[in-house]
Amino acid sequence: MGQPLIDLRNITKSFDGTMVLDDLNLSVKENTFVTLLGPSGCGKTTTLRIIGGFERPGKGQVIFDGQDITNLPPNKRQLNTVFQKYALFNHMSIAENIAFGLKIKNKPKPYIQDKIKYALKLVNLDGFENRSVSSLSGGQQQRIAIARAIVNEPRVLLLDEPLGALDLKLRQDMQYELIRLKNELGITFIYVTHDQEEALTMSDTIVVMNQGYIQQMGSPENIYNEPENAFVADFIGESNIVPGIMLRDELVDIFGAKFACVDKGFGINKPVDVVIRPEDIDLVSPDQGSIAGVVTHLIFKGVHYEMEVMTPDGFEWLVHSTDMFPVGQNVGIHVDPFDIQIMNKPASEDEEAVGINE
Amino acid sequence: MNKKLLSGPYLMWMIGFIIIPLALIVLYGVTDRSGSFTLANIISITTEEHAKALWLSLLLSFVSTALCLILAYPLAMILRSRGIGQGSFIVFIFILPMWMNFLLRTLAWQTLLERNGVINGVLSTLRLPSLNLINTPGAIILGMVYNFLPFMVLPIYNVLMKIDDNVVNAARDLGANSFQVLIRILLPLSIPGVVSGITMVFVPALTTFVISNLLGGSKILLIGNVIEQEFTKGSNWNLGSGLSLVLMVFILISMALIAKYDKNGEGTAF
Amino acid sequence: MTNRKIGFIKRIIQDFYLVIILVFLYAPIATMGVLSFNSSKSRTQWGGFTMNWYTDLFSSSTIMTALYNTLLIAFLSSLIAVIIGTAAAVAINSMDRVPRSILMGITNIPMLNADIVTGISLMLAFIAFGISLGFQTILIAHITFNIPYVILSVMPKLKQTDKSTYEAAMDLGATSVSAFFNVVFPDILPGVLSGFLLAFTMSLDDFIITHFTRGAGINTLSTLIYSEVRRGIKPSMYALSTIIFIAVLVLLLITNFAPKRKK
Repeated sequence: MGQPLIDLRNITKSFDGTMVLDDLNLSVKENTFVTLLGPSGCGKTTTLRIIGGFERPGKGQVIFDGQDITNLPPNKRQLNTVFQKYALFNHMSIAENIAFGLKIKNKPKPYIQDKIKYALKLVNLDGFENRSVSSLSGGQQQRIAIARAIVNEPRVLLLDEPLGALDLKLRQDMQYELIRLKNELGITFIYVTHDQEEALTMSDTIVVMNQGYIQQMGSPENIYNEPENAFVADFIGESNIVPGIMLRDELVDIFGAKFACVDKGFGINKPVDVVIRPEDIDLVSPDQGSIAGVVTHLIFKGVHYEMEVMTPDGFEWLVHSTDMFPVGQNVGIHVDPFDIQIMNKPASEDEEAVGINE
Repeated sequence: MNKKLLSGPYLMWMIGFIIIPLALIVLYGVTDRSGSFTLANIISITTEEHAKALWLSLLLSFVSTALCLILAYPLAMILRSRGIGQGSFIVFIFILPMWMNFLLRTLAWQTLLERNGVINGVLSTLRLPSLNLINTPGAIILGMVYNFLPFMVLPIYNVLMKIDDNVVNAARDLGANSFQVLIRILLPLSIPGVVSGITMVFVPALTTFVISNLLGGSKILLIGNVIEQEFTKGSNWNLGSGLSLVLMVFILISMALIAKYDKNGEGTAF
Repeated sequence: MTNRKIGFIKRIIQDFYLVIILVFLYAPIATMGVLSFNSSKSRTQWGGFTMNWYTDLFSSSTIMTALYNTLLIAFLSSLIAVIIGTAAAVAINSMDRVPRSILMGITNIPMLNADIVTGISLMLAFIAFGISLGFQTILIAHITFNIPYVILSVMPKLKQTDKSTYEAAMDLGATSVSAFFNVVFPDILPGVLSGFLLAFTMSLDDFIITHFTRGAGINTLSTLIYSEVRRGIKPSMYALSTIIFIAVLVLLLITNFAPKRKK
């Protein structure tokens, strides 16, 4: 169990002189759901295509189960891909689509028939064998694309934004489907998306990427609660990122007000970035809070109210709360110590990207 | 304003210059000079001279269509694999010769193929025996392949370019090697282009009289030559029309093929 | 690394194949180019370099008249075909399925039919209608086979055009005519232009249909060449075709390498 199933070592890739991946290292353990998350152009899809064998890395190695597969073509790799726009074969029936990989491997006919039945059942499309691809909805095509991949019993399933083309309701349903599938099949999923909510819902491990570098890797809770830099904090959910000064261990100064926190080891009087999630801010009466301010915006969001509170320094705090405070009301801001996340200030934008990558 | 009225001039034009003229060919084809009904013009295809010309036409056009397909498919595949950006310029290079007058290009082949022409000149400097190239069926096939090759390349290329790269990637991902990708994915998906290309080469090859005239000499008669001579030299328009009707049977067959395999018009050349 | 090596060899074989096909396609064109500088009138003997055929070309009134006829017919027939064809495409696009497929069927006839049959049928029709064969019959014939190319170039652009932009223009107070010319026409203009170019090219290159629909007194370049075949082609023809080839090539290079607007 200790050895990773997939190991990317020092992967570098550029297209037409533009660096897309720079010295990327990534290990994926067996039977985990790993999500590569980032904005478009961050290199996540390229990483997936390198694992799938559709791109060759400029430098570096792809290790699969202890073997170097860097130069192995896709048809010789023990993993299968679900493509962004499904890439079903329009000239074949559903059954023929699912049977494609098994026929190539010359599996016996009864085995193939059983597998088709099993796979269609697994994706809740029993009886669709003889339908044509064009008669299916987007969501159904997506399920067929998954069925077509998993009948080959890959050890890893690669999914490239598979839910991107579906509408919201369907997307949420499919998220649960995918989690169920992963648990039933007991194989490794590597999933690419730009949707942070999707990543938080489904993953065991999230790999946040930007500009060809891995920014942070960890469990969803870890990524959400303890972002290592401003990019991750900003990309995963909404947050207030404010400049602060670390007065000493467990005490930070924000806009002249002192906040107790739980972070240590930043030094004395050191400038830092402070991340506070909007739902972690408690609004209290002005004299009870650490800073006083006035409510400037109020929107009802269903689950909670979204408010903006302006403090004297001019910063507008984003606050989510089930309690409502009308516009113009004076309030105090209180944050519990363990809800404050301290990050080192990046010396430059470049360092911000590299710093995490060791 | 009703937009449909805009088709008025077009409809009148097409009725006047497509429908009525075709009806006239039918009318001439089934009548004799005096205007009375006869099937003799059509039946005359069975006379030895006409049957031989039709048979030779079918044979030569079949061979040149097959050759065009064999040459064009790999070419279209290579163009596809080189991507669109570079592809589009190369594609232009391949259709550029079509801008040259087709009679002159065919005449230039005469110069190349002649008894003491360029090819035999090269052969004799290499001390190889000279070849009898001009005025043979082989020369006609060469002329056909030369003139109609782009009509095969373009529809196949257009259909291949429309195939999503990820469909090919998916097949590779599921274990197919390059050959299996070709047989199971690319060929079946490119059928509309292939069918369109076949008809676009076969029909003009079957009915040509110019290529056979320029490269086949006066001894080789194709069905196109027979019909042309009936209209220009023999002046038996009824006989010429009757033979044209026979030709149109083959054209109708190829139109039906297109309708069957290229329903969405994917395989158009332009 | 062996995979990379195989890829390299594959590329070499592909390049070789492309070159072979290119040699096949351009051999006759190169031959014409060489012959246009050959001072011997023979098509097989090299008699030394000369520019005489190029000067002869411009003083030959037969060739110049044929060239003029060819260009005039190509221009007029494509222009008229663009007007009739674009209007027809707009109309067909707004029709229901059944009339639309009937009209598209008619459109396909001249494209799929053999040129010799189209030529003969038009000739029979002109004689039946009492139109004397000459410039006008060639023009009518060329318009007839050009219209389908225009329709097939414009139709896909019309299908792409968002219907709501036309409705939006009407909503903002435009009449249907001004809505069409201000909103729809700019969208389909690329299709109209490529239809025009395609029609122009088809008209320039046509021989068979012109052969049957021309009268005795008039020649296009194609029919002039065909009538000269028996007597032997004047090398001035090769000079002309070389000039045309160079012109097309230069035009092509300019359009291809000129800075492009980004979409």
